[in-house]
Amino acid sequence: MRRFNWSAWAGFLLSVIALVSYPFIFSRWPITRDFPWANLLLFAIAAILLVIGFRRAFAPGPSHPRRSKIAASLLATLSALVLALFVFSTFIMARWLPAAHGAPQVGQKAPDFSLADTNNKPVTLASLLAAPINGHAPKGVLLIFYRGYW
Amino acid sequence: MRSIQASLDKFNQAGIRPVAISADSPEISRDLCQKAGYTFAFLSDPKAEAIRRYDLVHAGAGINGQDIARPAEFLLDSSGIVRWLNLTENYWVRARPEEILEAAKALK
Repeated sequence: MRRFNWSAWAGFLLSVIALVSYPFIFSRWPITRDFPWANLLLFAIAAILLVIGFRRAFAPGPSHPRRSKIAASLLATLSALVLALFVFSTFIMARWLPAAHGAPQVGQKAPDFSLADTNNKPVTLASLLAAPINGHAPKGVLLIFYRGYW
Repeated sequence: MRSIQASLDKFNQAGIRPVAISADSPEISRDLCQKAGYTFAFLSDPKAEAIRRYDLVHAGAGINGQDIARPAEFLLDSSGIVRWLNLTENYWVRARPEEILEAAKALK
């Protein structure tokens, strides 16, 4: 009798979820974004499921054909590759950023600019520093440079 | 951006105007603001002119190989002097609103 090795498949599926849930879900909140512990936890559970599935496939007895051994090995290998991809993209690739040594430092004047807003109207830094907020002169401006959504 | 929007009232109360800048076109930024519900200013720098002036160019890192900005935050006082900045080493890790608001307390 051939039985479906659910734990090996669940382990593999969970490792894929652990990979894609970081950019799509867990990166929304600083607590799960700044260090991806929730995703690493999912990978740990996936690893446990894969070990269970692996042991089942390789348990002695006539009920486990060669095919299930190959499937379990393949799922474990793919899951390891998924984990490697996760580690590479979140811990290594995300750090490939230019150093920005020439960025304005504390105490220096921020360079002025004129850029289009979402209505295609030009906006200067000087106007951002001058326009009132709730009827009061602004105390400051927070410039947030981001990579964009291309 | 999401966390900045969530703290927008606190930024307004502190007299701080958040401004987002990227190499995206005004159209893409407008779509983003509509979809995500962002109500603060989004500025477009498709030629990376301001991004270059702030030495934040991440050359060729855009999806079509265009120059984009590396993530960074600058808090300027009302005369345009930098009073606080954050140059993250990992683009997933951004400044939290609480730490920016804490730094903003020193502004007059």
